[in-house]
Amino acid sequence: MIRVRGLTYTYPNSDKQVLKNITLEVERGETLGIVGPNGAGKSTFCHALMGLVPHFYHGTISGEVIVNGVSVVQSHMGEMCRHVGLVFQEPIHQFSGAKLTVEEEIAFGLENLGVDSATMQERVDWVTALLGLADLRRRNPYELSGGQMQRVAIASVLVLKPQVLVLDEPTSQLDPAGTAEVFAAIEALRAEGVTTVIVEHKVELLVEHCSRIAVLVDGELKALDTPSRVFSRADAEHWGVEIPRYSRAYRALDPASESVPTTLHETVERLRDYELSHRG
Amino acid sequence: MSCRIVVDHVHFAYTLGQPVLRDISLWFDAGATAIIGENGAGKTTLMKLLNGLLKPTQGDVWVGDLNTRHHDPARIARHVGLVFQNPNDQIFKSRVLDEVMFGPLNIGLSESAARESALAALETVELAHLADENPYDLSYAQRKRICIASILAMQTPVVVFDEPTISQDDHGLRLIARIIRTLEAEGRTVISIVHDMNFAAEHFHRVIAMAEGEVVADGRPEDVFADEAVLRRARVDAPAMVKLSRATGLRRTCLTVPAFVASYLTEKDLRPPRR
Repeated sequence: MIRVRGLTYTYPNSDKQVLKNITLEVERGETLGIVGPNGAGKSTFCHALMGLVPHFYHGTISGEVIVNGVSVVQSHMGEMCRHVGLVFQEPIHQFSGAKLTVEEEIAFGLENLGVDSATMQERVDWVTALLGLADLRRRNPYELSGGQMQRVAIASVLVLKPQVLVLDEPTSQLDPAGTAEVFAAIEALRAEGVTTVIVEHKVELLVEHCSRIAVLVDGELKALDTPSRVFSRADAEHWGVEIPRYSRAYRALDPASESVPTTLHETVERLRDYELSHRG
Repeated sequence: MSCRIVVDHVHFAYTLGQPVLRDISLWFDAGATAIIGENGAGKTTLMKLLNGLLKPTQGDVWVGDLNTRHHDPARIARHVGLVFQNPNDQIFKSRVLDEVMFGPLNIGLSESAARESALAALETVELAHLADENPYDLSYAQRKRICIASILAMQTPVVVFDEPTISQDDHGLRLIARIIRTLEAEGRTVISIVHDMNFAAEHFHRVIAMAEGEVVADGRPEDVFADEAVLRRARVDAPAMVKLSRATGLRRTCLTVPAFVASYLTEKDLRPPRR
């Protein structure tokens, strides 16, 4: 569904390569998590999947980015919007600025795609229920709290039912309950075959929902594998990313282990065996 | 440097008949307290009452011997610094250094003292090299740290943070944890709204859980996070190590990775791992 080969990118008026020779593939229906320190190129990579890089930002790009069979570099933003939905890190960047109610804001993208009004109504009903926004439909999007704005921004993308969903720190301003709602919505879309790429700092949560994790550091892809294989690597603590606490706890108990668990469930399973072999 | 805050039977409503806070009574002395609870529980409203931006509808808030009802926010700001949740609500200058100097100048420091204090605060948040930049050319995570510097520069005895960890990476989280520890060591009062329960468990000595405008728990983190009914009411998840302690049947509620490892080996009577 997503094929990136040798992607290298430099912003205009800069000589720093923000992405360096990135190669990766994401299967249809897969959820890929991206972690990395601030400034690693995570947002730029998200923007490259939908064509903001290079069509909006310009700059110098080499390599190829193919999403849903379309070459992002050779295509244009209008075309990419039909394939990819991007949720920006700051919800205020998502808003059209042209709509005065939450429901109109959510419907804005559908209007642009020329969707008929019955379908539009149905989709807006679906997404507002999915993200717990029903009570906010008549509110002005600019008067909402940070967490509410973030959910409206996510809704305005999910409502388009894109084949590929790219989320850049979608839960940064949400409380734990709101965060859980967003991840439940991502799971629901995965069941429908949607491919998801998600940047998220809350690593314990990310590993619960992603089949693979990509680690970006200073524009380079340092690792791309299952959460357990990624966080079992000896160099993991030098990346400047949070290592799941479950992995750290297991590692402290079993320093020589070749692999560490990353989720609560896996850790409890592994500790059962550990207990049997380490009785005093 | 300390300053007791007393919240005495406080009620608050933005609109008559729609109470946001109901009968809150709390006190804060030196030390770090985390406030947890879902969006809309009244946490940010409570923080704004502590620095006098809002006045109680009923009851009183005392900052030292000042009743916030009788003093304007500029007077209270000498004692209580508030770091806003959204940096875009706080930042309005076009140069980082001017932004960070604004608070100290406003509470009466001289130009040179304000500059010195601002530069020291920027060092603390590791952004001194960006002093001449426009804050809006920086990342969200950096703007968040500029807001923290602006408050640190005022050197208030009480520092209130509204979700300081938003968008911070591993290094940023450690930096903010270190700032909180330093403020505590200086005998100051730190009060912070926290949505990251792991961060709350690892760096605070007291946790207050709020739900629907009320305090539903106030105590040591190991006690508050062990109470599943409280967590359900506040709609928050238990921290990772609390879940792991529970799932492995430990008697102790562990808050950190080292605490879990130690308790696990002791309670299960296991041989210590070979390095």
